[in-house]
Amino acid sequence: MSTAAVHARPEKHDTILYLDGVSVSFDGFKALNRLSLYIVAGELRAIIGPNGAGKTTMMDVVTGKTRPDAGEVFFNGGIDLTRLDEARIANLGIGRKFQKPTVFDNHTVLDNLELAIAGDRGVFASLFFRLSGEQRDRIDAVLHTISLTADSGRLAGSLSHGQKQWLEIGMLLIQDPVLLLIDEPAAGMTDAETEATAVLLKEIVKDHSVVVVEHDMAFVRSLGCPVTVLHEGHVLASGTLDAVQANQQVIEVYLGR
Amino acid sequence: MTSTRSRAPRPLAGGLLAGSGAAAATIGLLLAAAVLVPVLNLAVAADSPVHMPTWVVSLVGKYLTFALLALSVDLIWGFCGILSLGHGAFFALGGYAIGMHLMREIGGRGVYGNPLLPDFMVFLNWSELPWYWHGFDSFPFALLMVVLVPGLLAFVFGWFAFRSRVTGVYFSIISQALTFALMLAFFRNDMGFGGNNGLTDFKDVLGFDLQDDRTRAALFALTAVVLAAAYFCCRLIILSRLGKVLVAVRDAESRVRFLGYRVEYYKLFVFVFSAMLAGIAGALYVPQVGIINPSEFAPANSIEIVIWVAIGGRGTLHGAILGAILVNYLKTWFTGAIPELWLFALGGLFIAVTLLLPTGIVGLAEHLRRRRPPATGDETPHLARETAP
Amino acid sequence: MASVGTAPVSPRGPLVRPLVVAVLCLLLALLVVRPVGAQEAAADLDPLVRQLADRDFAAKITAVEALGATGDTRAVPVLDAMLTGRLAVRSADGRLVITESRGSVLLLTDPLSGAEVGEADKSAVDFIAVNNRLRGVLRGTLGGLTLLSPDAGRRREAADAVFRTRDSALLPLLERAAAREHDAGVKSRMDRALAALRALAAPDPAQRIAAVTALRNLADPEVRSLLATIAAADTDANVREAAATAQRHVEQRLALWGVLGNVFQGVSLGSVLLLAAVGLAITFGVMGVINMAHGEMVMLGAYTTYVVQDLFRTYAPGAFDFSVLVAIPSAFLVTALIGILIERSIIRFLYGRPLETLLATWGLSLVLQQAVRSIFGPSNREVGNPSWMSGALDLGVLTLTYNRIWIIVFSIAVFAALMLLIRASGFGLQMRAVTQNRRMAAAMGIRTGRVDALTFGLGSGIAGMAGVALSQIDNVSPNLGQSYIIDSFMVVVFGGVGNLWGTLVGALTLGLANKFLEPYAGAVLAKILILVAIILFIQKRPRGLFALRGRAVET
Repeated sequence: MSTAAVHARPEKHDTILYLDGVSVSFDGFKALNRLSLYIVAGELRAIIGPNGAGKTTMMDVVTGKTRPDAGEVFFNGGIDLTRLDEARIANLGIGRKFQKPTVFDNHTVLDNLELAIAGDRGVFASLFFRLSGEQRDRIDAVLHTISLTADSGRLAGSLSHGQKQWLEIGMLLIQDPVLLLIDEPAAGMTDAETEATAVLLKEIVKDHSVVVVEHDMAFVRSLGCPVTVLHEGHVLASGTLDAVQANQQVIEVYLGR
Repeated sequence: MTSTRSRAPRPLAGGLLAGSGAAAATIGLLLAAAVLVPVLNLAVAADSPVHMPTWVVSLVGKYLTFALLALSVDLIWGFCGILSLGHGAFFALGGYAIGMHLMREIGGRGVYGNPLLPDFMVFLNWSELPWYWHGFDSFPFALLMVVLVPGLLAFVFGWFAFRSRVTGVYFSIISQALTFALMLAFFRNDMGFGGNNGLTDFKDVLGFDLQDDRTRAALFALTAVVLAAAYFCCRLIILSRLGKVLVAVRDAESRVRFLGYRVEYYKLFVFVFSAMLAGIAGALYVPQVGIINPSEFAPANSIEIVIWVAIGGRGTLHGAILGAILVNYLKTWFTGAIPELWLFALGGLFIAVTLLLPTGIVGLAEHLRRRRPPATGDETPHLARETAP
Repeated sequence: MASVGTAPVSPRGPLVRPLVVAVLCLLLALLVVRPVGAQEAAADLDPLVRQLADRDFAAKITAVEALGATGDTRAVPVLDAMLTGRLAVRSADGRLVITESRGSVLLLTDPLSGAEVGEADKSAVDFIAVNNRLRGVLRGTLGGLTLLSPDAGRRREAADAVFRTRDSALLPLLERAAAREHDAGVKSRMDRALAALRALAAPDPAQRIAAVTALRNLADPEVRSLLATIAAADTDANVREAAATAQRHVEQRLALWGVLGNVFQGVSLGSVLLLAAVGLAITFGVMGVINMAHGEMVMLGAYTTYVVQDLFRTYAPGAFDFSVLVAIPSAFLVTALIGILIERSIIRFLYGRPLETLLATWGLSLVLQQAVRSIFGPSNREVGNPSWMSGALDLGVLTLTYNRIWIIVFSIAVFAALMLLIRASGFGLQMRAVTQNRRMAAAMGIRTGRVDALTFGLGSGIAGMAGVALSQIDNVSPNLGQSYIIDSFMVVVFGGVGNLWGTLVGALTLGLANKFLEPYAGAVLAKILILVAIILFIQKRPRGLFALRGRAVET
């Protein structure tokens, strides 16, 4: 992906995710301030920024948790996300991983994946749901991808922190989304786990669009993708990691003030 | 940066994972009781040491209706995390529905001998039956209302509450307000439900004398069988993917939403189902105790149900049944022997269970059986969790 | 005519009545012309009094009216005895007496002199019968007579009684009384009665219209019904129209006063709710703890008041008026200490599990209720009002009781003090810090455990002070807290958590809504309607009126 693509404002119908002039304020505090961000299909994008820059709020807006006060949010070119709730947006194909690993502690790893697997989400469909052989195969494949095959019968709550992060990514994968929003996947991981996670993400991006929010610069570097810097609710700079790290404004925001 | 979070799994799902042994035992015991108790009451001579007097049959029958009520609360609280402090209202509505049928059954045998109007209406100088009393002369219609009225109320209330994402203590408080409002309403004479005397002096059901030992034994057997069936249904729900979604909602509601589930529909389904179970419990309760009055709507009653479940073991269906029977047996014993201490005992139970026995008796038993330290982790995570960046 | 006591009661002949009436007219003329001279008329009272025993009701009425026309206040005890059924004739000698029950026998006194004339069994006297019409006349006449009483309170009552009789015969007496009246309050009541009688009976329509117009500024339900009568029944169309206009005017004023009355009642209820709920709001806002035993803290505050008053009655009965002032800090200390004890022994183990806290504190509330029941008994305890809290401020149509006024003042004071504490004190700063970010506050060196304990103590202490206030207007029983706890929850839920202004607005809104709905729906239905309204409201704003927004409050 070239740096030019990041700076240019593409046509809406070319994008997978299109945020334009989005503002959100909480009791006078502007969490997002006319934020514009465009992701095209098949892109891997890292978003960095200091605390309070609006990274998580941006994800909240995209996934329907928070309604923007102003601005446009479109998915896949033409679907207005500001009118839909979380469940609808998830079913459209936007998966989200939380900052804190959020898995179902009282369910086994297998059950966690079973709950996430694509399919009818209706109440009565769930009542009479049985896993098909094909779905079992998919679960096995994902278990293998996230290296949890041996732990599939364990309660998710008993997994290590890194394993929970992976399980959550696995749950995203088995949802088969078009776009993945991943909030700090490397948080609290060992170096080895971080490295493995980067490999995993690069694997995923082969057939998904991915937005990663991350603090860990080494991790971002290992992703080798375009970077967008958020600050005070809007985009401060975009480009390669080296380019933004050399940006005077970015340096001020991170080190100065 | 988030550090390792200390959210260890609570052993609440222990009952879920427990083999079908506990389930088979529960159903077996209930069905055995449905046969044995009537036999011990009717077929064994009164002077025999194993004879069971009718008052005991009715008392245990009452416990079983409470067990069904506890089951309904456990289903939503234990598995879905919805703490309803108004479930007594659904129980009472079911009771009123069957009570209205039993009132109509009295017919001309009331004190005032009016063939159509129940005594209290004659006493209030009413000349005709209110519209909502029509149809209750039919037993099937009354049965339908037993599940429909609580179900409908739960649907409307739940629809508003869950769609607006009223959760946690907020839900608890407004559900308490609901039952409180209903209590005030039913205390009014002009509501047409007998005011504070409620509905009583029932004569018979389907032509069987309610005072007859055989009718009472049959009601007991019916209660035990219905409880067993309800337990079975709840277990089916819990073991299905729907049940897994419910537990997931309890533990991480927003995660479930982001997986694409419409959490409010799941909550609504289980809330309505639970309200119907509570209604059935009320309908079984009223013919056995012979009265239904507005005090059944009292908020205190609804909270008491929760403690039955907590003592037995929240999130374990058989725990709810066990807890209801145990606490109510204690209540019977206390109010007979040392009535002035009962509220101390009940209040103490509330405190002790929440502080010392968060998994209830069933959880304790499982813990002892496994003979290993419980995976408690940090049991006092502060609310500040909410304020994390 | 013979003197009282010897002559048989027999003035029943057809000739007697016209004679009496003639005498009376003369008398009345004398009275109107000259100031009252009781002694001069004394001798003439006796036959009139004896005529009260006549079998014929018309004769009795004539006698009563004649007695009234004398303006002689000595007739008051006689007429009063007649009205209350204590006037009788002794069977043995036919003597008219006033009877008074003395155990099983009756004490007999002379109707005019008041001298004792012996005792008699109940069967030994014939009580003089009165009917409804006679009672009406008696009341009016008594009113007329007491118009001249030296006691302003009695004159005032008399003026109102005359107003209610609508009897134009009393007009001359009333005019005379009104002319002499010095007390402005009594004068206005007399003017009201005067205008009423004139509006009813003045011969000239113009006079009647003037009288009707004079009545239009009185916001008074009695005036309204009087005007309605005139508007319907007067013979003159102009008078009818004037009366109808005046009636509308009075109705508007009445409606205004009604609104003011509702506002006072509503603010009064709101201030009680505020006192009860504000402590709850603090513990919920700061600690996320739903304290179901909060109502019991209120109850304990009320019982503390009872104990304090009991001590005052025993050791310092003269200083009883100060008992409430001593009870306020006592109740605060007692309940705050209990609150801290509860927090340290139960609540602190349950943080982060609000539903479990709810259950544990509910259990606690049962224990506290039963403990109080065991110690003080299940029945209501008598808590007295100090003299400065008894009585009422009378604003004509509206009566504002002092205890309610003081409670409004008290709750404003408590609220202001609390605001000051939170905004301006070091402890308040720590409390706000913990509310906003517990973990960060802990990292800054704030001892969050201590803040929690003190906050819970503060919330409980305020509940205790609410109990002192409630003891002044409600029954002090072990169930006292239960009757307020659900309303308090509604206030907190409605107002929103984490903002005391929300609690204030919530409490006042609920209080006012209750009192404005009550006249239309009745107390119970009003309560139901409000509960339903809040249940619907919380759908729209699940976090209340003044909810904090943003990530910080979401889980």
